[in-house]
Amino acid sequence: MSHPTEATEIISRSLTLPDAVSGPLTAESIAGAAYVVAALLFILSLAGLSKHERAKAGVIYGITGMVIALAATVWLTLQGAWGTNHGLTGLALLVAAVLVGGAIGLWRARVVEMTGMPELIALLHSFVGLAAVLVGWNGHLQAPDLTGALKDVHHAEVFIGVFIGAVTFTGSIVAFLKLSARMKSSPLMLPGKNAINLGALAVFVALTVWYVNDSQLWLLVVVTVLALGLGWHLVASIGGGDMPVVVSMLNSYSGWAAAAAGFLLNNDLLIITGALVGSSGAYLSYIMCKAMNRSFISVIAGGFGIAAPASTGDADQGEHREITAEATAEMLTNASSVVITPGYGMAVAQAQYPVAELAHQLRERGVNVRFGIHPVAGRLPGHMNVLLAEAKVPYDIVLEMDEINDDLDSTSVVLVIGANDTVNPAAAEDPGSPIAGMPVLKVWEAENVVVFKRSMAAGYAGVQNPLFFRDNSQMLFGDAKQRVEDILKAF
Amino acid sequence: MTRIGIVAELGSESRVAATPTTVKRLLELGYEIVVEKGAGESSAFRDEDYEAAGASVVGADEAWGSEVVLRINPPSEEEIGRLADGATLIGMLAPGLRPELVEALAARPITALALDAVPRISRAQSMDVLSSMANIAGYRAVIEAAHEFGRFFTGQVTAAGKVPPAKVLVAGAGVAGLAAIGAASSLGAIVRATDPRPEVADQVKSIGGSYLKVEVEEEMKSSDGYAKATSEAYNRRAAEIYSEQAADVDIIITTALIPGRPAPKLLTADDVAAMKPGSVIVDMAAGQGGNVEGSVAGERTVTENGVVILGYTDLPARLPAQASQLYGTNLLNLLKLLTPEKDGQLRIDFDDVVQRSVTVVREGEKTWPPPPVQVSAAPAPAAQARSTAEETSPPKKKEALGPAGKAVLFATGIAALFGINTVAPAPLPQHFTVLMLSVVVGFYVIGKVHHALHTPLMSVTNAISGIIVVGALLQVTSENPVVQVLAAVAVLLASINIFGGFAVTRRMLAMFSAGKARS
Repeated sequence: MSHPTEATEIISRSLTLPDAVSGPLTAESIAGAAYVVAALLFILSLAGLSKHERAKAGVIYGITGMVIALAATVWLTLQGAWGTNHGLTGLALLVAAVLVGGAIGLWRARVVEMTGMPELIALLHSFVGLAAVLVGWNGHLQAPDLTGALKDVHHAEVFIGVFIGAVTFTGSIVAFLKLSARMKSSPLMLPGKNAINLGALAVFVALTVWYVNDSQLWLLVVVTVLALGLGWHLVASIGGGDMPVVVSMLNSYSGWAAAAAGFLLNNDLLIITGALVGSSGAYLSYIMCKAMNRSFISVIAGGFGIAAPASTGDADQGEHREITAEATAEMLTNASSVVITPGYGMAVAQAQYPVAELAHQLRERGVNVRFGIHPVAGRLPGHMNVLLAEAKVPYDIVLEMDEINDDLDSTSVVLVIGANDTVNPAAAEDPGSPIAGMPVLKVWEAENVVVFKRSMAAGYAGVQNPLFFRDNSQMLFGDAKQRVEDILKAF
Repeated sequence: MTRIGIVAELGSESRVAATPTTVKRLLELGYEIVVEKGAGESSAFRDEDYEAAGASVVGADEAWGSEVVLRINPPSEEEIGRLADGATLIGMLAPGLRPELVEALAARPITALALDAVPRISRAQSMDVLSSMANIAGYRAVIEAAHEFGRFFTGQVTAAGKVPPAKVLVAGAGVAGLAAIGAASSLGAIVRATDPRPEVADQVKSIGGSYLKVEVEEEMKSSDGYAKATSEAYNRRAAEIYSEQAADVDIIITTALIPGRPAPKLLTADDVAAMKPGSVIVDMAAGQGGNVEGSVAGERTVTENGVVILGYTDLPARLPAQASQLYGTNLLNLLKLLTPEKDGQLRIDFDDVVQRSVTVVREGEKTWPPPPVQVSAAPAPAAQARSTAEETSPPKKKEALGPAGKAVLFATGIAALFGINTVAPAPLPQHFTVLMLSVVVGFYVIGKVHHALHTPLMSVTNAISGIIVVGALLQVTSENPVVQVLAAVAVLLASINIFGGFAVTRRMLAMFSAGKARS
């Protein structure tokens, strides 16, 4: 077998499914078949997450799919490069990179705190973004010898792939910095920020056209820098409370980046996987936006922070009442049903363990304890569920907002732990409120509400919460963890 | 430091206005406490107990001379005279029923607070003595009835034959009525309840009674939390129900009271005559004229056909220790409200609706009756509707795309896809096919993911988006060393994702566990 030239080698390695299945039995056809299997396994993996019982099997599918895909690719690569010098160097690099990367990944996964999950996930998104940028750059540096329309398409693919990857990269880095409080979580307010975003997009389109006609390296450098800046600005101008949307949006971007790389490399597995991840992230963003009664565009544009008037003082709201931990304990022991609605404050205070213990003790006493989770509670879709699961709260008493809302009016006591905007009656009752129309947990319908809070400060949305001044609600001030422990002591 | 005096009650009253427990809490508010000798005797609180709690036991005159005097029953003329100038008297003064007492109090330069005038708003529930006393009275009414009733409450099947359960009718499902329903049903009786307010049906059911609805056209909407007088059609139907029930049940407990008016007559002499011998009626409204014809306030009477009618008016006082404890706590809560700084200084803020309502006399000036307080959550229909309509009129900001806009956007998207695919060279349309199908599959699959598993979903999609490593792997054996290095870095990054993503997902999923048998 004569050595093919570099260019044809790349072409021959580029696989599409029909090529693979219709050709004779070669490394390519086997790899192509393996990719089909891997893609199916990935779909099954996501489908497994529809039920708790099947979720673990789902992860096994995912891992199997990944192993098959990697094995096939590695084998394919070796087939082409075995014996050559650069092939061996590549192999050595590959093994070293996988070992180091795998070790870092496993280490991070083992030590991460469940409260720090949003940060970790944001950081992982940035890696996909950066990897996509690098693959795109390689696509330029190692341009296959193409002509005519195919060449233009290739150039466009490189350009688009790099752009999406770079936006994902810096966007995720900023999200990570905000979530880990290394950066101020309040939105960055540059004048004319929408113009900046739209302008950057316009420049990108113009540059793409230019690059397709004349593929200069400097154009790629410019677009990379542009995209990095855009990603940074995009997320920097979104506030901390919108992070569930941002993180799932970045999840989506990282998928599209992978799909773009698939177009570039003519690889269907990348396209399928990228599309799965991309639509997954988009769907989650959609759910989050719906839960906040806001359009995706307005979150991305970060317009919410501007709309929130800081003027809603608490002077006209009336007075709030305080309650002690002992009195709360007494109220809880006499209650027949208790609903706990946690929010980001519980994560901040690391209060999930005492809260779980509280739920456990109350259940031992025959009290019907349930958790009500608002879709945007926390800084990540499903964040509260993970924290409660970590603290061994059985998942069948952890209910979604829609599942619990109708039961709240027959509940004796609701404990609001570190949540604010998600339990704000103004959203349902005051059409002039900035959060009007946002679906909220109707905790105020319960007989008694105890709100755990550090102070009377407004929530993320900057909106005062009339719940605190309701006749049936009482405030338990202080660190949530400390206060819950006090209640446990008082039992 | 302000001194609080806890004085003994008059006559047969067995309760006391503060217990050693509440004394301790009052001291925390910064007050000094004196207790009249023997004040808690009949509630089983000894003078030593008060002293141990931090109060000093003093003679009657010294206790009455305190700046603040706590009491349960209204004071006599003579006792009003014993109050010091500028003193504050707190107790159940029944200002609505006893205008002459209000005048007598206003004749002195004192302040008088009526604990039984606390408005029925949720915030003031913790000071609502009427509710806490009614609760005790309702319970005690059942105990008194059980004492007179010559049978079990609960049904039993014994070797000596079958015992049917007692049937109890509770008229009026207010606080006292609900307490009576609860107590009777926990003794095992079959409990039925009547009330003109249909919204209490759920409450009755929740504590074990069944609600007998009076089917008439109109409904009673209570806006101040108390029952109102009823219409004629209603009364006729209700009377029928009472007659039917009287012939059937063994025990009737009536609790119907309308503030400021004589109690409504619910059971006629004929109804009582229709009851079985040995049946018991407890008329808790006997003090206000009685719900039952033939009941005598404070007395036990037996009718000709052997029905016992209890007209006791001191039901709460028949559980003295319990009643004193609840009363004392209500009082403590009021004092907490009046002592916002916890510095032992009593302040009355007339802007606060609760404080305004309880104040009958302020420094010798009559302040009764207070302005009315609206307490019910049920909105007054018409006015409210109009105002909300006005409020909703400001335009909704940031209106999303209308249906037409969405259709246009959709059509544009389809057209663009069509356009690209018609001109795109060979492998592209095929890629688009794969992309489109995957996106559709993705949306359906993700739509089914359990909401609680969204975080694991994100981490697992994170891991599989590490599939970009495939791209990097294909490039790592390139001849161009720059490409090799970049590809190797990409492989490293993607590996972190793959391994980290899957590992953290497994860790999270391992934590989710189902509940053991629900209690």
